[in-house]
Amino acid sequence: MTTTAEKKAQGNVVITVERCKGCGFCVEFCPTHALKLSDQYNSKGYHPPVLISKDLCNGCDMCGLLCPDFSIYGFRIKKNK
Amino acid sequence: MKGVEMEDQMYEIEETMPLNPVESFLRMDRMPHIWCPSCGIGTTVNCFGRALETSGLDMDKVAIVSGIGCTGRVAGYLNLDSFHTTHGRPIPFATGLKLANPELKVVVYSGDGDLFAIGGNHFIHAARRNLDMTVICVNNFIYGMTGGQVAPTTPISATATTAPHGNFEQPFNLPYLAESCGAVYVARWTAYHVRYLTKAIKEALAKKGFSFIEVLAPCPTLYSRRNKLGDGLDQMVFYKEHSEIQHNIDTKTATLDFQGKIIVGKFVDKERPDYLTLMNEHYQKKFGDKYTPYKG
Repeated sequence: MTTTAEKKAQGNVVITVERCKGCGFCVEFCPTHALKLSDQYNSKGYHPPVLISKDLCNGCDMCGLLCPDFSIYGFRIKKNK
Repeated sequence: MKGVEMEDQMYEIEETMPLNPVESFLRMDRMPHIWCPSCGIGTTVNCFGRALETSGLDMDKVAIVSGIGCTGRVAGYLNLDSFHTTHGRPIPFATGLKLANPELKVVVYSGDGDLFAIGGNHFIHAARRNLDMTVICVNNFIYGMTGGQVAPTTPISATATTAPHGNFEQPFNLPYLAESCGAVYVARWTAYHVRYLTKAIKEALAKKGFSFIEVLAPCPTLYSRRNKLGDGLDQMVFYKEHSEIQHNIDTKTATLDFQGKIIVGKFVDKERPDYLTLMNEHYQKKFGDKYTPYKG
C-alpha cells in the first residue's frame, strides 16, 4: 500500500437489491466509477448495481442521494488509526 | 496474513454499518413505490429526506401536503403528518393548517399540473399573502398519471397525448411567476443537482415566508418516450450537460425551451413580513391593547 492510497477516503455501499428498478443513476453519476450494473436479476427482473471494487468507493454517498428507489447508500469507513 | 486483516476490517464494517439516512423519514411498509423506473420524483424525495435530517426540525411539527398526480403520492410515502388532498388544493389545505396551528412547518409537495393548472389561483394568492410555507414543485413538463396530456409547463414544440403535432401554447416560467407574486425564496434545480437541491430545501425550510423550489425531473414513461428523448437516465445526462448555474439572475430570463439550455440556481432570497405577522401588526395598530395577537 502506498501512502496516497492510505490517505484516500475509504467507503462502502449498501444495496437493497429487491427494491432496485435498475435505472442506472448511481452507475452513471458515481464520481469514482465504482459501480456497475450486475449481470444478475432481482425478482422483478431488473439489474441491480454492484460495487466493482471496494478500493474505488470513497463513501461520498452520491449514489444514495440520487437513488429514486432508496435502495443504495454509501458511507465512509472510519479508520481506527 | 493480509487476507485475515481484510476479513477483520470487513467484520468491523458490518458492525458499524449505518442505516440508510432517509429510511427514518419514509413509510417503509409502503415500499417499493409506484414511480416508474428512472423517474426523478424518488430522487427529489431522497433530497427532501436528507434536508429534513440536517434541518434540525422537530418531526412532530412538520406537516406535508400533496395534491393529485405522480408527485401527489409523496405525502403517502413520507413518515410525517401528511395529507393527500383533492386535485389542485394542497395550498388551500396547507393555508388552513398553517393558520390553525402556526407552530407547524407546512410543506406543499406537488407536481406542476396540480400546482399550476388546477391550483394556479391558489398558488398566486398564497405567494401574494406571503404565507409561511414551503412549496416544492416537481416539474416533469407533462401530466404523468393521467396519461401524458399537455400541462401548463409543457415547452413549445414538445409532443404530448393531447398535442400529437407538438405544443404551441406558451408555458409558464415558474420562478418568474413565483417572484412576481411575492415569494421570498425562489430556486430552480434539476433531479441531477442533488446536493444543491438538498441545500436549497434546507434553506427554504428555514425561511420565514413563502418559499418556492422548482425541481425538473425526468418522466421516462410519457414525456421522454413520446418525445423520443430516451429514458430517465438520458434526461439526467442531458440535465448535467445543459444546465447552467446562475444565481440571483432576473427570473424573466429563466425560461425553459424544449431541450434547450436550463438555467438553474437560487434566484430570489429576500425578506418580507409574512401573513400572520402582518395581520397581528395591522390589528395591533388599529385596536391597540384591546387586540390579543393571534398565536393559534
